[in-house]
Amino acid sequence: MSDTLRIALTVNGVRYEKDVEPRMLLADFLRETLGLTGTHIGCEHGVCGACTVLLNGDSVRSCLTFAVQLDGADIETVESLGTVEDLSPLQQAYREHGALQCGFCTPGMLITSVDLLKKYPLANDAEIREGLSGNLCRCTGYEHIVDAVRAVAKAQAKTDEGDKP
Amino acid sequence: MKPPAFEYVAAGSVEEAVSLLAEHDGEAKVIAGGQSLVPMLNFRLLAPAVLVDLNRIPGLDGVSEQGGGLRIGALTRHRTLETSEIVKARFPVLNAAMQFVAHLAIRNRGTIGGSLSHADPAAELPTMAVLLDAEIEVAGPKGERVIAAQDFFESALSTTLEEDEIVTGVRLPALAAQTGWAFEEFARRSGDFGIAGVGVTVSLTDGKVAQARVALLGVGQTPIRASAAEAVLLGKERNLELIAAAAEAARQAAEPEDDLHGSADYRRHLVGVLTRRAVEAAWRRALGEVS
Repeated sequence: MSDTLRIALTVNGVRYEKDVEPRMLLADFLRETLGLTGTHIGCEHGVCGACTVLLNGDSVRSCLTFAVQLDGADIETVESLGTVEDLSPLQQAYREHGALQCGFCTPGMLITSVDLLKKYPLANDAEIREGLSGNLCRCTGYEHIVDAVRAVAKAQAKTDEGDKP
Repeated sequence: MKPPAFEYVAAGSVEEAVSLLAEHDGEAKVIAGGQSLVPMLNFRLLAPAVLVDLNRIPGLDGVSEQGGGLRIGALTRHRTLETSEIVKARFPVLNAAMQFVAHLAIRNRGTIGGSLSHADPAAELPTMAVLLDAEIEVAGPKGERVIAAQDFFESALSTTLEEDEIVTGVRLPALAAQTGWAFEEFARRSGDFGIAGVGVTVSLTDGKVAQARVALLGVGQTPIRASAAEAVLLGKERNLELIAAAAEAARQAAEPEDDLHGSADYRRHLVGVLTRRAVEAAWRRALGEVS
C-alpha cells in the first residue's frame, strides 16, 4: 500500500478530513470511507453512469476521479437530494412516473438529471434522450425516466416564465 | 477493477510538472481530466509509479483571442469549448464537433490537452486540430516548443511528445473571410466514439475554392488529412461531379481497419458518404446559402 495523503472536502454539506490512498476512486471513498452507499458502482470505466455525482456543481463520474484530487472540493451525492419522507421534486417525479425498476441506475440518473436541468432547456424529448444517453438502465426503463425529466423540465420552464415581469 | 497503486503529486506549475516527469524518467504519467487515463488505470493497462496532477496549475485553462484566431489552454474543459461564444463565433466547426463528444459528465471533466495527448484517432478534438492546422504548444525541461498538429499525432494513442513534455495550449489560426464548414460523424450510439467522421472547411475567393481542408476521423492510426480530396476542390467552382470526386478521393485516403464496431469496407463507405455531405454543406455555408 502506498502512502496516504490527507484531504479535506465537503460532501452533502458535511466537512470531512480523511487520509486516502492515492489510487482510491471517489466512488469507493464515498461508499467505503464515508458509508454513503447511495452512489452505485457499475462498470468502473466511465461508461454506465451509475456512479455520477456532482463535483463543485458539475456532474462527473466518481469512478474516473481520485479522492486524493479533491482537497477543498464540494461533492453532492444522491443522498443530498431528499429523504424518503421528503423527496425532492425530481425524485417525486421519478416516483410518479415509475421511472425506476431495480433502482441500480437511479442515483446516477437522478444526479445527471439535476445537471441537465441546470444546463440545458430540455425543450424536447430528443434533447432529454441525448442528455440521458450517458446513463445505462439495465431494466431498459428509459421511457419512464424521460417522462419524469420532461415533467420537471416543463414545471421548471413554467416557473421561469412566471418569474418574468 | 481498481487501479494499481501509485504515488500522487499535484503540480503547482508547468515547470514543476515537467521536472517531475523528467525526474521519474518514463515512470510518471500526467493526469488532467482523467477521462481516458483513469479507465486505462482501472483496467490496469497502465501502471505508472507516479501520477502528476495538472488540475491545480493556475492559468493553464481558458480561451483567448490571438491574432484573429484563438488560443486554448490545455486544461480547458470540453464543456467550456462546447459552450464558449467565441469558439462558436470563430470556429463554428469546432462547436459542432463538440456536440459529438461523449456525455455531459465526461465533458465537464475532460480537457483539450488530455484529448490531444491521448491521441485517439476516433476522437473529435485530435481531428479538429488536424483540420484547423492547429499549433500545439508544448513545454519540457529544455523549454517550450510548438508542434504542428499534422506532426503531433504519430499513431493510435501515440504522439511526438517526449516523455517529459506536456501540452500547455493549442493555437488555432484564423479562418479566411469566406469560409464554410461542416462536421459529420456516424456513431451507433449517442456519445460513443465515431465509427467514421469527416470535418471540412471550404474557403472561397471570387466563387472559387481558395482553400479546402478535409480531415477524417476514426479511419486510420491518426486523424487523416485527405489532401487528394482537397486538391480536387482547389480553384474550382461548385458542381456536383466535383463534390463526388472529392468524396471518392477521401474514401481512398481512408486507412480503416476491421474491428467489432465496423468493417474496414463499411468505414470506407461511410467516409465517402460523409465527405460528400460535409463538402456540400461547407460549400453552401461559404456561399451564405445556409448559416
